[in-house]
Amino acid sequence: MPAALELKAVHKSFGKTAIINGVDLAIEKGERHAVIGPNGAGKSTLFNLISGRFAVTSGSILLNGEPITGLQPQQINHRGLARSFQITNIFPKLSVFENLRCAVLWSLGYKYSFWQRVGGLKDVRERADELVGMIGLQKRRDTVAGVLSYAEQRALEIGITIGGGADVILLDEPTAGMSNTETADAVALIRNVTVGKTLVMVEHDMSVVFGLADRISVLVYGQVIATGTPQEIRGNKAVQEAYLGAEVE
Amino acid sequence: MSAMFPWRRLLVWSATAAVMIVAPLVFTQGFAVSMLSQMGIAIIFALSYNMLLGQTGMLSFGHAVYFGLGAFFAAHALNAIGANTLGWPVSLLPLIGGAAGLVFGVIFGYITTKHSGTPFAMISLGIAEMVAACSLMFPSFFGGEGGISTDRVVGKAVMGIDFGPSIQVYYLIAAWCFVCMIAMFALTQTPLGRMANAVRDNPERARFVGYNPTRVRFLMLSLAGFFAGVAGALEVINFELITAERLGTVASGNVLLMAFIGGIGHFYGPIIGAVLVTFLQSALSNYTQAWLLYFGLFFLVMILFAPGGIASLLTLHKPAVQTRTLGRLLLPYAGAAAAAAVLMLGLVALVEMLYHLETKAEQVGTVMSLFGRQMDTATAQPWIVAAGILVVGGVLLAFVARFVRSGWAHVTVAVNRAKGI
Repeated sequence: MPAALELKAVHKSFGKTAIINGVDLAIEKGERHAVIGPNGAGKSTLFNLISGRFAVTSGSILLNGEPITGLQPQQINHRGLARSFQITNIFPKLSVFENLRCAVLWSLGYKYSFWQRVGGLKDVRERADELVGMIGLQKRRDTVAGVLSYAEQRALEIGITIGGGADVILLDEPTAGMSNTETADAVALIRNVTVGKTLVMVEHDMSVVFGLADRISVLVYGQVIATGTPQEIRGNKAVQEAYLGAEVE
Repeated sequence: MSAMFPWRRLLVWSATAAVMIVAPLVFTQGFAVSMLSQMGIAIIFALSYNMLLGQTGMLSFGHAVYFGLGAFFAAHALNAIGANTLGWPVSLLPLIGGAAGLVFGVIFGYITTKHSGTPFAMISLGIAEMVAACSLMFPSFFGGEGGISTDRVVGKAVMGIDFGPSIQVYYLIAAWCFVCMIAMFALTQTPLGRMANAVRDNPERARFVGYNPTRVRFLMLSLAGFFAGVAGALEVINFELITAERLGTVASGNVLLMAFIGGIGHFYGPIIGAVLVTFLQSALSNYTQAWLLYFGLFFLVMILFAPGGIASLLTLHKPAVQTRTLGRLLLPYAGAAAAAAVLMLGLVALVEMLYHLETKAEQVGTVMSLFGRQMDTATAQPWIVAAGILVVGGVLLAFVARFVRSGWAHVTVAVNRAKGI
């Protein structure tokens, strides 16, 4: 069985500055995988490469064994990969329900249809309402997303990400800027919505990382210096020197 | 969103149809039917423009290209019908204009929609200029300065309808306008229409939920081209003449103004804008040479004080209606209207005297008639009086604004109480 997501010798440079320096990574199906590393290590850039936001300078990326290198974000999304963003990236003028409806339309096969009334599409409505429930925003269903609280917007961000039914989910710092209780809620939500899926997440909060992840990769200066179970990573000398010891967050 | 039958929507559309049917029976002055016909055409055109600006977030400076090209193709088709080389009913001529608009929408849309934002706006302007330049290069198709004239009374009359009388033309335009309004509204309720809003708000996020923003923009522009072409063909039937200036950048700017004044954030906004701007342009130009200046001032005031257009002014008052506090605003508004009228009286007097002095004084002398009074624009007195009225109006308006604000404070309190705050 091929890995859910595989990176082979991936490089990315902006001009002369190399951000990603030959990353090899294989993430198994159903795994919850965390990518950690100090600020500027290239974690978000890595996500942008995988999801097609940036083009790789060299190397290849495989999704379920199929190459996705050089594809557009929407094409990668059609192949079953969805992502969230570090800086909340929603449709601010649309309601919570409409946001989630946009997220499910493609996967239910409606594409660019201009001959069907969206309000009459029962499967779309049911799926979007199911998502509203999953992210716990029933009371905010018809509220414009731009006026939601920060934690609510982050929940909506996750809802949009999982809405299309992708089986590989990339979450970029899903709990950044949250209080302790909000973080606990977010972790429960992430655990809940990624059952049976492959999850890759960038996260700074170590309690979240060690609580959620099956395996952890440590990225420093654009290279993976270690990959392993939480116990292995805790015990890894190189990691302690490069990261945990230097900058505990 | 409920699956219940949308009675309210049916009521709104029925009322709209009723207004369109009754309007020429109420307004029976000679120019009224012609103006109503122009309004119908402008409504289709402005709504098609808002498919780009309001719904998909594409600021186009060249939408008249599709209107104009649709019109020219329709004019040639109408001439072919008249020469018996084309068998096609005149009442369906808008389909030919629409097809031409659609084809050019596909061609130019393919080029322009690869970009969004400012680059899209600039490219749309470039295309508008290019098509305008082409209209001078191909006089056989565009008819040069004189344009292409045609005759709408061709073929056999069907049930006595030959589109000779302008009232018949009005009802043809009204019927097309109604169908197009429903079609464009229905489009907003489809998956493409909803994703157009998503692309407008956040094109990048749209990509990551599986949609190509370029494809969404392309489809919306192509369809908008169709409706603009329909409007263009109706213009040909209405005026029996089409000139190249109708596809130029001035015409493109005009439809932008209509949509913006009406309000691009609401579906019905451009309808209000189209009706109002058409009325102002016809009515003002009958009375004064300076109408473009007044129109510009009106646009400026709208942008400064109601950037969301008239539609947003209407929705602003919805909470006041719901909390039954609209009455608190009526008196202050009446006062503000009176003060604004005084201000405008002074302004209009100054502008008209200036126009008279600069453009007419050499032929007819410096004495002019204004608001039923004779005045000599070469003397200081009328200028001082007009300036005085202007200042008084301004001071009054500033004074009354206070009551408008306190009226709104009452409304806000009531709204907050209703919300339980």
